[in-house]
Amino acid sequence: MEEIKFEEALSRLETIVNDLEKGGLTLEESLKKFEEGIKLSDYCVKKLEEVEKKIEILSNGEIKPAAQGEGPPVS
Amino acid sequence: MEIPILSVSELNRKIKSLLEFEFELIYVEGEISNYHHHQSSGHVYFDLKDERSKIKCAFFRSQQQGMDFKLEDGQKVLVVGSISVYEPRGEYQILVMSVSPKGIGALLIAFEQLKKTLEAEGLFRVEHKRKLPFLPGRIGVVTSLGGAVIHDITMTLDRRFPNYRLLIRPASVQGDDAKFEICQAIDELNKVEDVEVIILARGGGSLEDLWPFNTEEVARAIYNSRIPVISAIGHEVDYSISDFVADLRAPTPSAAAEIVLPNKSEIESQIQHLISRLINAMKLNESVSRKHLESIINRSLLRRPQLLTTDMKMGIDLLNDRLNDAIKKYDLNYREKCMDLGSRLKNLNPREVLSRGYSIARRLKDGKILIDSSEVNPGDSINITLYRGDIVCEVSKKEQITRGTDHGRD
Repeated sequence: MEEIKFEEALSRLETIVNDLEKGGLTLEESLKKFEEGIKLSDYCVKKLEEVEKKIEILSNGEIKPAAQGEGPPVS
Repeated sequence: MEIPILSVSELNRKIKSLLEFEFELIYVEGEISNYHHHQSSGHVYFDLKDERSKIKCAFFRSQQQGMDFKLEDGQKVLVVGSISVYEPRGEYQILVMSVSPKGIGALLIAFEQLKKTLEAEGLFRVEHKRKLPFLPGRIGVVTSLGGAVIHDITMTLDRRFPNYRLLIRPASVQGDDAKFEICQAIDELNKVEDVEVIILARGGGSLEDLWPFNTEEVARAIYNSRIPVISAIGHEVDYSISDFVADLRAPTPSAAAEIVLPNKSEIESQIQHLISRLINAMKLNESVSRKHLESIINRSLLRRPQLLTTDMKMGIDLLNDRLNDAIKKYDLNYREKCMDLGSRLKNLNPREVLSRGYSIARRLKDGKILIDSSEVNPGDSINITLYRGDIVCEVSKKEQITRGTDHGRD
């Protein structure tokens, strides 16, 4: 699950929802899909929050945070 | 031979016809001075000069259509026009047809040549274009810190996807050294872990200003980049070689920021929508399955009552456990976002079957679900789970089943 890409998770979720909506599954199958769907949606939501806002500068091969304060650094 | 005596008018007329015939179409390079824009007529007057000499120029409003830059004193330009003599004063000047910045012609030719070469080599081919990541972890930016570009990019990202990670590799984007700095910047960002996309950006400027992005060096650095590159050079109307080589061209730096990350709230509502569809579909599936299960149970009840307990054990306990697990595993945080999700999930609980009068009996000492009266003896305590609450009972009497699987009634 960790290796899957966000857009893959989202499209898998979409497929699952479509499958469930189509119906004709056994309860066992639909529960399985339901659980996977919940897991996927959970994963997607987590992925969206995964990155923390950070603006950094690469100079002389070193990564440093950009100057403090509002907006970007101005040279 | 007698030399004719001319009047001033005759002389000027002769000069006029000579000059205007001889200099019907001229290209002159020089520097603008004494620029004057006549407010009411819209005509422009200036002198064109070099180190030793100057000539008057008139640029009438009717000729000014399509001018894409502003004239000013000190500018070096190429003027296309003709000589015109003003007879009453015996003065001559250039009637300007068009003005372009000096050197631009050469640049345009160079641009077209390089474009042709690289195109023939296959650098612009669609099959070389890499797919941009949907949710890049780290976004690399190559640009100058001086301009408004970084500001434009961060403003756009703040609005659309506030938690982003930007790594800026400053580089000068104008002048002779710019191309080397840009190439180096692209190479360096390629060596940084988890940079998943690079935005190459520059604000608007003249063709000469944008020139570094029209060099073979920069084109090859983009082509050789392991990481996908978005080229966002100048304004919407500006096309550069880097636009053609890059994996994607954005019309402006702000547009690049819109492309590089999706709109977060749109994605969130998309997910939310999918979740509610998921739950509704599950509800429907569950009730259909339950009806099916109940019809099996009902039929069995008539035919093979001992199967009732087996089906119920399988049906109820199993489904119950799985649903409870699903609820437990469900991220609590997100439940807050989908306000009533928890209660909706609970509604799916197949315990509702119990509301129809079925119950589950368990041996009290070990919790074993009873499916056969031989599993208990008189005096044993059993626990009966009802739709609401449990009852502990004592077995007072038990009866063997006489209606078995082998000889069910029809």
